[in-house]
Amino acid sequence: MKLNKAFATVALAGSVAAMSAPAMARDTISIVGSSTVYPFATVVAERFGTKTDFATPKLESTGSGGGLKLFCQGIGTQHPDITNASRRMKPSEFDLCQGNGVTDITEFRIGSDGIVIASSKNADNLDITLEQLFLALGKEVPNPENEKELIPNPYKKWNEIDSDLPNVAIRVMGPPPTSGTRDSFNELALQGGCEDLPAVADMSEDDMEAVCQSIREDGAFIEAGENDNLIVQKLIDDKGMYGVFGYSFLEENADRLQAATLNGKVPTAEAIAADEYPVARSLFFYVKKAHIGVIPGMEEYIEEFVSPAAMGPNGYLKSVGLIVPPREALMNLQDKAANMPNLQKDELM
Amino acid sequence: MTDQRSQAEIVRQSLKRRYRKERRFRAYGIAAIAVALAALVILFADIIGKGYTGFMKTTLTMEVQIDGEMMYLDDATDERQLKMADFVEPLVQALIREIPSATEADRDAVRDLINPYASVTLRDRLKENPEWLNTTRTMTFLAHTDVDVYAKHAGDEAYSIKLSEQQQAWVDQLQEDGVVETSFNDVFFQNGDSRDPSKAGILGAVVGSLLTMFVTLILSFPIGVAAAIYLEEFAPQNKLTDFIEVNINNLAAVPSIIFGLLGLAVFINLFGMPRSVPVVGGLVLTLMTLPTIIISSRAAIKSVPPSIREAAEGIGASKMQVVLHHVLPLAMPGMLTGSIIGMAQALGETAPLLLIGMVAFIVDVPDGFFDSATVLPVQVFLWAGSPELAFIERASAAIMVLLTFLISMNALAIWMRKRLERRW
Repeated sequence: MKLNKAFATVALAGSVAAMSAPAMARDTISIVGSSTVYPFATVVAERFGTKTDFATPKLESTGSGGGLKLFCQGIGTQHPDITNASRRMKPSEFDLCQGNGVTDITEFRIGSDGIVIASSKNADNLDITLEQLFLALGKEVPNPENEKELIPNPYKKWNEIDSDLPNVAIRVMGPPPTSGTRDSFNELALQGGCEDLPAVADMSEDDMEAVCQSIREDGAFIEAGENDNLIVQKLIDDKGMYGVFGYSFLEENADRLQAATLNGKVPTAEAIAADEYPVARSLFFYVKKAHIGVIPGMEEYIEEFVSPAAMGPNGYLKSVGLIVPPREALMNLQDKAANMPNLQKDELM
Repeated sequence: MTDQRSQAEIVRQSLKRRYRKERRFRAYGIAAIAVALAALVILFADIIGKGYTGFMKTTLTMEVQIDGEMMYLDDATDERQLKMADFVEPLVQALIREIPSATEADRDAVRDLINPYASVTLRDRLKENPEWLNTTRTMTFLAHTDVDVYAKHAGDEAYSIKLSEQQQAWVDQLQEDGVVETSFNDVFFQNGDSRDPSKAGILGAVVGSLLTMFVTLILSFPIGVAAAIYLEEFAPQNKLTDFIEVNINNLAAVPSIIFGLLGLAVFINLFGMPRSVPVVGGLVLTLMTLPTIIISSRAAIKSVPPSIREAAEGIGASKMQVVLHHVLPLAMPGMLTGSIIGMAQALGETAPLLLIGMVAFIVDVPDGFFDSATVLPVQVFLWAGSPELAFIERASAAIMVLLTFLISMNALAIWMRKRLERRW
């Protein structure tokens, strides 16, 4: 009998726990989005949490695309308030937002991130142009005898492309296709080195992108997981290997890794901020204005993010590897935080 | 005769070969065990070798002059003043005093030895003890993560030292003077996640795991046992129950990420439950553990000898009395063992939680079932992917904590089986 009763209580307690689906208000800011912005936004969130009386915001690293999809799902506490992105919102995503009632969005461009090609300090450093990089990594490259014709990539060693490059096999580790870093690498580095080649000159835009953004699959490019620490570890162990990852990982391992010079530019914080380094991209976050005033602390969080203490020339975001915006851009951001202007679709076109 | 002798001869001749064969067969078995053990030893040696330093913290103990004038603070009970006051300056001044060779000009280099959150500690201590204003106190603060890495891993190839030569010399001196000390990392067990490795802890993840496991247990155990009892004792044998049985077995083999997708579609999108909360995590893991519990509970019920049922029925017990008074108590040890193993499996799961938002950066320790939370294996995953090298040892330390939980749960299962098991 006792057992009987015990069972009934346990089952009841269980079903109560399951049924009490909450229509509760949320007092924690919910942030989703890019894994590239994640290490910066988390630091801001934590500082914000200790500095103010608000709860520390919750951050999920969902990738830029995944974050925008969640963000544009609608208005209401079950949807995120802010999304981070390592690329700009696409017009199609803007339409999705509008369709779901997320009409008022403010965009913040918070700084830059560079993608570097690094190797162990003991390896031969690369001094390479984007075109040479494409020749090394593209799936189909122009035939050296006939520059109009595309052939499967024949290069096995770097010095086959240019005799000044090191005499080692082409082996590059990089992020998988799901990663935003890979998207930017394809778009900025590979396409940047390929779009002016005669072989693709007569192609339509789509065909050109298909050729320029295809990475060889014969083992010379090795897809590592999303974990950049793994690539760093591999580079240190294997002198002939090169790796593709974000600038913050280079900075963290500065005394063991060196970065390749691309188009004559070394990836330094200054070169990336000034957009001189060719493989640099901007980082963003988007705010759902309808949630301001509903979720406590949103305005204060944004203020903290764009404050000089965070993003100034000596700000704490700089020490975790963010390439901070120049003074003027920071002033504009602070204006934006005060006025919260709506994002217009034609800005994204 | 000759025939027989030759047969004995044949046997004798082949005997050696047969013995050899058996020895070889045994050797294969031993080799197999050795390989498995070696893999285990390598895994543990790697994790412990990398992670034991995660259980150590580096601190600065110094005499701090809590000088109100320097801090722009004249009333330590005034919330507004506390918010505006400068808590970094007294720390920097205190450390400069501890380093004889450092001057006011080195203040930036000195400040980089102090943890960025040390000023928050000072603020909180002063808030608790307002009378400390304008006194001098000996206090202990966390050192900067770069100092922590240097103190623990100087000369280690796998770590990069980010202190300058001058700072390294200072830290060496301070270590001799007993200002910089390495001790047991209690912070690791008292804090939630942080982006500062020195301040990061697993308490948030442990509490999140406990809350999630509680929901899982309280749902999956009664449901699983009830389903097993019905299927074993009451259900008629027909096509429908066969179909259910096949499906339960299939469900046990479904990859866990599928349950995450189901949880996202049903609990979050359909029922509108919040993301990242232990209740939803528990519900998803319940779905995942149910088949394991049902299958092991049915096996436990099956192993109760029919003579016990017949005896109970013989003295006039009803079917329900037979089940509740006789079968269930005898089958309980087996059911509990199965449930504990199912729970241990759920404790180590990350994939389904990814989709329901429990893979997130959460600083505050959760204090309820509807509070955002993460779990231990997720914490390991997040730290392993962080750029800061000091997180690697903490990830290994968190793995050790997780393994301790898993091993103790499995040990509990074995102990219960040994203790409560009955033989017929």
